[in-house]
Amino acid sequence: MMKFRFRRQGADPQREKLKQELFAFNKTVEHGFPNQPSALAFDPELRIMAIGTRSGAVKIYGAPGVEFTGLHRDTATVTQMHFLPGQGRLLTLLDDSSLHLWEITHHNGCAHLEEALSFQPPSRPGFDGASGPLSLARVTVVLLVAAGDMAALGTEGGSVFFLDVPTLTLLEGRTLLPDEVLRSVPDDYRCGKALGPVESLQGHLRDPTKILIGYSRGLLVIWNQVAQCADRVFLGNQQLESLCWERSGSMLVSSHSDGSYAVWSADAGDSPMTQPTVATTPYGPFPCKAINKILWRNCESGDHFIIFSGGMPRASYGDRHCVSVLRAETLVTLDFTSRIIDFFTVHSTRPEDEFDEPQALAVLLEEELVVLDLQTPGWPAVPAPYLAPLHSSAITCSAHVANVPAKLWARIVSAGEQQSPQPASSSSSWPITGGRNLAQEPSQRGLLLTGHEDGTVRFWDASGVALRPLYKLSTAGLFQTDCEHADSLAQAAEDDWPPFRKVGCFDPYSDDPRLGVQKVALCKYTAQMVVAGTAGQVLVLELSDVPSEQAVSVASVDLLQDREGFTWKGHERLSPRTGPLPWPAGFQPRVLVQCLPPAAVTAVTLHAEWSLVAFGTSHGFGLFDYQRRSPVLARCTLHPNDSLAMEGPLSRVKSLKKSLRQSFRRIRKSRVSGKKRAANATSKLQEANAQLAEQACPHDVEMTPVQRRIEPRSADDSLSGVVRCLYFADTFLRDAAHHGPTMWAGTNSGSVFAYALEVPAAAGGEKRPERAVEAVLGKEVQLMHRAPVVAIAVLDGRGRPLPEPYEASRDLAQAPDMQGGHAVLIASEEQFKVFTLPKVSAKTKFKLTAHEGCRVRKVALATFASVACEDYAETCLACLTNLGDVHVFSVPGLRPQVHYSCIRKEDISGIASCVFTRHGQGFYLISPSEFERFSLSARNITEPLCSLDISWPRDSTRTSHRLRESPKLSQANGTPGIVLASRSRDGSPDPGHSKEADTPEPPEAMLSPMSIDSATSADTTLDTTGDVTVEDVKDFLGSSEESENLRNLAEDEARACAILIK
Amino acid sequence: PFGAEFRRFSLERSKPGKFEEFYGLLQHVHKIPNVDVLVGYADIHGDLLPINNDDNYHKAVSTANPLLRIFIQKKEEADYSAFGTDTLIKKKNVLTNVLRPDNHRKKPHIVISMPQDFRPVSSIIDVDILPETHRRVRLYKYGTEKPLGFYIRDGSSVRVTPHGLEKVPGIFISRLVPGGLAQSTGLLAVNDEVLEVNGIEVSGKSLDQVTDMMIANSRNLIITVRPANQRNNVVRNSRTSGSSSQSTDNSLLGCVQQVEPSFEPEDEDSDEDDIVIEDNGMPQQIPKAVPNTESLESLTQIELHFESGQNGFIPSNEVSLAPVASGTNTETHAPDQKLLEEDGTIITL
Repeated sequence: MMKFRFRRQGADPQREKLKQELFAFNKTVEHGFPNQPSALAFDPELRIMAIGTRSGAVKIYGAPGVEFTGLHRDTATVTQMHFLPGQGRLLTLLDDSSLHLWEITHHNGCAHLEEALSFQPPSRPGFDGASGPLSLARVTVVLLVAAGDMAALGTEGGSVFFLDVPTLTLLEGRTLLPDEVLRSVPDDYRCGKALGPVESLQGHLRDPTKILIGYSRGLLVIWNQVAQCADRVFLGNQQLESLCWERSGSMLVSSHSDGSYAVWSADAGDSPMTQPTVATTPYGPFPCKAINKILWRNCESGDHFIIFSGGMPRASYGDRHCVSVLRAETLVTLDFTSRIIDFFTVHSTRPEDEFDEPQALAVLLEEELVVLDLQTPGWPAVPAPYLAPLHSSAITCSAHVANVPAKLWARIVSAGEQQSPQPASSSSSWPITGGRNLAQEPSQRGLLLTGHEDGTVRFWDASGVALRPLYKLSTAGLFQTDCEHADSLAQAAEDDWPPFRKVGCFDPYSDDPRLGVQKVALCKYTAQMVVAGTAGQVLVLELSDVPSEQAVSVASVDLLQDREGFTWKGHERLSPRTGPLPWPAGFQPRVLVQCLPPAAVTAVTLHAEWSLVAFGTSHGFGLFDYQRRSPVLARCTLHPNDSLAMEGPLSRVKSLKKSLRQSFRRIRKSRVSGKKRAANATSKLQEANAQLAEQACPHDVEMTPVQRRIEPRSADDSLSGVVRCLYFADTFLRDAAHHGPTMWAGTNSGSVFAYALEVPAAAGGEKRPERAVEAVLGKEVQLMHRAPVVAIAVLDGRGRPLPEPYEASRDLAQAPDMQGGHAVLIASEEQFKVFTLPKVSAKTKFKLTAHEGCRVRKVALATFASVACEDYAETCLACLTNLGDVHVFSVPGLRPQVHYSCIRKEDISGIASCVFTRHGQGFYLISPSEFERFSLSARNITEPLCSLDISWPRDSTRTSHRLRESPKLSQANGTPGIVLASRSRDGSPDPGHSKEADTPEPPEAMLSPMSIDSATSADTTLDTTGDVTVEDVKDFLGSSEESENLRNLAEDEARACAILIK
Repeated sequence: PFGAEFRRFSLERSKPGKFEEFYGLLQHVHKIPNVDVLVGYADIHGDLLPINNDDNYHKAVSTANPLLRIFIQKKEEADYSAFGTDTLIKKKNVLTNVLRPDNHRKKPHIVISMPQDFRPVSSIIDVDILPETHRRVRLYKYGTEKPLGFYIRDGSSVRVTPHGLEKVPGIFISRLVPGGLAQSTGLLAVNDEVLEVNGIEVSGKSLDQVTDMMIANSRNLIITVRPANQRNNVVRNSRTSGSSSQSTDNSLLGCVQQVEPSFEPEDEDSDEDDIVIEDNGMPQQIPKAVPNTESLESLTQIELHFESGQNGFIPSNEVSLAPVASGTNTETHAPDQKLLEEDGTIITL
């Protein structure tokens, strides 16, 4: 690597080729829970589930590892989604009333989600003269009929339109107007009033000619499509919310805005029927909120499930988010912490089955997805293997641990299992199992640790595509907080009825902001970890496989060191509970060190081999020997003029935010649930206002330009004493002959302190002798540019970073070259520099800010393995800037290698949350609940590779055509602002061109395959529905896919090997 | 308060020691340990020349024949015009000038500032390679207490392109702080468009990026501007490369403008003086592993915060950076302590 140091960048073709083999940028997968979900769909045949979001993203999930992501061109809310059963196709409705047809297609053996067609309904009447029946008002509901070949669209105006799905064209002349329906209604019901919008459209499971139409005013009609007449009419008088058809078709259930539901008999009785068989208000008699959705599922045992959302007593529980599950006499009111978006049951949908026999209930909430097992008594929740609500409490920090030893992995998994015991019965497994995960079993285990506002640290399996929760560590139990009392009161006040049951884990309200986790470090060889928090608490924990009861030893370290004239104005330190405390199996606290003043910990590092933990705040840093439980060193880094450092965090702002959030939540809930349409109108207005504001913004900037002052940083800038990084290394600090333990600290003002440590040798694993660890200041470096020091690393004689503690002694890493010639890499926000050791002299440097005008936000050393050569790898410096770009530099030459644009520069929280792995990957938050995973390595890529057995014949020319249409599949993620318009964009909503608007340039090339396709697929699908088997499709797809599969596996193997190389 | 007096003492000529020690000795001899003074001497031509560093101190000692006449003035009362060529010869009684600085001199003569104050603060460079409409200005910030003293803003400028005139976004100087370095050079003005920062074009960069670039280069900032006022441009035919624009810096700090022949982007490392303090407690500048031709700054100009005394765990590396603390331990032999009051400040060695 060194040989490239003196070459001019870009001049060497060999180096350029090597760079291509080492580096490649890909955004691969989004972990976590989609932000702002707005729609849910389930395909019972393929057993896949789709979630649509308010930013227009569509995410499809099957078995763990099976994931597809698509993004609508326009950032519009996905209001409804409907799978074409078994076909791997999905029809989506956006809140701009446009319809989009998505397809899961295979190429290179892997399935991808692509948008195939879109349809913008004709504009409203009155604009270009009354265009009569063709003008669709706002689409309210969608129903797929005839195995998905046709869609019925219910509208705000009360009409039902029919759409040919394969071509997404309106079937003219089929439109069902409200006038037609009104003809079958007696005059006294009509009384001159309109029927209102179509609220519900339901198909009959066995008789596809029948459609159940429900109008807002309460009228229910079973419409016969063949006879073009109303089979039956039910004259409901309550404002309708939702409808469900019982499996046999003999009964209907309707839910209403007053919190009641009614059961109607569809077989017997007169038509029109004026009274339902049964009508109840389950949470009456006092006024109740609307039941937004109701499902009726029958069971073989003769009884049935009624599952509905809402309907809570308005006054007492109007703010609850509830789904009620009623079976015979058993009623459970599932009480969720966030708004209910939609829910479905997993049940038999084969027409020949007599019973629904629901297995599971899946509820999509604003912040999480909860699945209940309906076949196990008690209806326990099924732990989700993905879609984890990362933000169940806000994420405050994150760390990645690569190459976790199998032993530690098993211990963490077992601790997690003891925490949330899994039901033993096999039936309670995850019901969404569609597709096959083709990705190779990851050859190394990666652990993602997230620290949260509530003082928990969550351990996630980040080895593969599905981010799986493993274990949750809570530190709150060690401290006395003021909120426990209030909690117990709230519990006591709750009545027995309704039978509430708390479900889900989303709980964004932190008991005490001081509990927030700021920094986490884990030693993967000794299973020791350190968790540091907002109130200066530094907790050393150790993994124990058995529960224990023990006291935690508490020490405090004064980082002000008797500096005079400083008074801490921030929060108090946390008061620890005294005496022996019970700890469950898992990480159990051993030592608590509290920094004084109790400012948030800004840096922490752990050296398990030396039993030392170093920590820093905005006032200084300390070193603690957690074996002897004694402080070794405390050093104040505070500048005498710095008053801001004594202010503490703006906790008042935070609590205000929290209380605002809560009161908004209350207001939102207590409102009359009203009509969805009205809500949409206001949201439209807000949208328009937002757009207006956006447009006005640049003008403002031009009129009053912002100024920036140009001054160098001075030593007495505020917060200059903040300790930004801490680092332990066994290296040469004092002379070139002897190496030994050292500790390094870097501050916000460009100071680096290096201490030589005297660590008495632990003889044969026995307890450390009575001698204390000593720290002697060896060197102090002041960077003249005074930029914050963000990272320090020592490089060995070969220019490689020193291995982690124990890594070399346990043969897991190459032993470092201790023959001397060590160097220290100091990365500041502006520059990278390598200095020789022990005599500190500048060796190489790169001045990033002076050259690029950007500042370093995150930096990490990573190993990049070559895709071309099995055992070639380079260690490089990966860096994320304040502009959201990722740069890679050679080490120790510090030559720029590649740079990519990764995060929008406005996305400050995304940039702040970024964490790099040791093998050239990274994570950052794209929303409070989602990590985007990206890869800088050409070889180490974790992306979804999956296949789905889809049963509908497709035109090969069309498939190949799609390939050209959207080549950038991997980037079609939900990140706002990275919307990739894969096609040309003719923005005109002209009805005549609405279809062509979605075809790419040139139009001639597009039209022919499209028209052929629409003809053939329409015919074949009609004829072969039900006859096509999975085998047929495999044959149809041909052997080319097989070979592609093999090739892919080979590639996977290559990637997997990359991970093994250090 | 500072009456004239004179002392006579001896120094060992072969081992004069350091200026600081000498300065300390003088303060000791005159019992004025806390008074800042200017030290001058009469050279062989009779000129009054300053002594303020090791070099001119050694020169002074070596030229002593055998006596070295030293002149000491309190700094705040000092008459800088006393120094210079022929000062002691042409004026018959130099003491009149030294002791009565308020005397009106009839004709001005060439004044030389204290050499320690000679430091470039700004310069126009690369006149020969830049278009006449552009100006490349180098601001030397280091060691100065003065702020750089300017602000930048977003704006738009009109460029001539192959397609005609085009409005493009640009970065402009929006404000000069009175008394700041930028204003005092007179080389930058409000509404000048910033084109480059240390050789890197700013087009396409945001205001924040340019701000960061300037701050990152603030110790040796080279800005290429298109002046808003194009009338003061250097006209190449009529002037030589030695000319420069006017300076309006009237402060005590001398202002020297120099025009360098060319601008080398690699020669921008004068901010690289990171300091390392070894465990013996002495701060040093970090040397380059690769030899480098750049000049080193004087150590005393670097502000250093080393507060070892307040942090209990640091053993025995008390450091004091006060330049005059290490006074009286040299080869200098102090004369007898019975000092005579004499009418003058001349000390004869």
